[in-house]
Amino acid sequence: MPAMSETSHTKALFEILLRLGDNSLVLGHRLSEWCSKGPILEEDLALANISLDCIGQARLLLTYAGETEGKGRSEDDLAYGRLSADYRNALLVEMPNGDFGVTIARQLYYTVFADLLYSALRQSTDAQLAGIAAKAHKEIQYHLRHCTEWTLRLGDGTEESNRRIQKGFDELWAYTGDLFATTEADTQLVQAGIIPDVAALQAAWKTQIENILSQATLTLPQGTWMQKGSRQGIHTEHLSYLLGEMQSLTRAYPGASW
Amino acid sequence: MMQPEQTILAETAAVWNILRRVPDPEIPVLNVVEMGIVRSVEVNGNNVHVGITPTYSGCPAMDVIGDEIKRSLSQNGFAEVSVKYILSPAWTTDWLTAEAREKLRQYGIAPPEHTTAEKAALSGEGKTVTCPRCKSTHTHMVSNFGSTACKALWQCDDCKEPFDYFKCI
Repeated sequence: MPAMSETSHTKALFEILLRLGDNSLVLGHRLSEWCSKGPILEEDLALANISLDCIGQARLLLTYAGETEGKGRSEDDLAYGRLSADYRNALLVEMPNGDFGVTIARQLYYTVFADLLYSALRQSTDAQLAGIAAKAHKEIQYHLRHCTEWTLRLGDGTEESNRRIQKGFDELWAYTGDLFATTEADTQLVQAGIIPDVAALQAAWKTQIENILSQATLTLPQGTWMQKGSRQGIHTEHLSYLLGEMQSLTRAYPGASW
Repeated sequence: MMQPEQTILAETAAVWNILRRVPDPEIPVLNVVEMGIVRSVEVNGNNVHVGITPTYSGCPAMDVIGDEIKRSLSQNGFAEVSVKYILSPAWTTDWLTAEAREKLRQYGIAPPEHTTAEKAALSGEGKTVTCPRCKSTHTHMVSNFGSTACKALWQCDDCKEPFDYFKCI
């Protein structure tokens, strides 16, 4: 039954591309909220630049998702036309910015994960995805260096900076397990060599986070209970507020262009 | 009368020459060919297909570059121009020619110092960047992120001038 398996392959690829694209889009939007509010000018520029890279990655991934789905949906249709239950981004990236320490903690948890994931995606048997990943991975290495340096500086800085970034790592810890959750779509695409098994990245991720935190004189949180649900579209309340702002213009003026 | 094949070759060369007059909107001292953004040109009668690649995924100049390419070619008699994005292989600073690097330096932007084949280039360790104004090597990085996606912010410890560094990617 080639036709049927093709349909299920298309659905699986669409789901995974949304997951990747939504991660980049939602994190990119969160980081853009720092624009003009950064602690120093250079940091304002850095966060805006990282946000721009994320939104660029999201555009490529969501365009490809729309083509894969084959219903004529563009990157904009997917970004501005879906409600939170249709979003497939990890819970971690939708968490509010908090103070600069919380933002950097979120950035480190996510970027170490993205570095491992995109490094593997460069070898995807899907040429388009491998091309997007090769480009994104170069950018992610710069992002990783940025948040690693800030983690060391804040963790090994003053009592106050140490306390604040530790609080960020502690508060966000329960949202990290969701990064590694899988669905039936993962099983299919891992077999086809299109994506790596994300669950298998967790051990390397934890080791790397632990190393950076210990260098920064910070403590790896020990909690074992993890919040989940993003794979089924069950998000925290924060995502709908973010989308409400991001989609306000297209909802007020559907089809507007300039 | 020229053979069709020769015509195609001549027209392809003409298209490349026109594209060499299209400046990069953010670094106008370089054209889009020198930047390595134009990856392919195919001429088929009146139709021209140009393949371009973004420097960074989120480079906001890509739409402007595509529009400028279409405008320049149509002004030169190529009526049907399509521009497509090519993602693979990913753009790298290794594609900047020696001439392009010298133009950057004269414009006040320090060109990338290493090839990306060197591991230190991406991690930034052990990198010496020469000040494009006074040629001093006593410089330090202020921020890995600068005025555009492709640049970092550096400062010279001798002449004290801040300057852009075209980062390796």
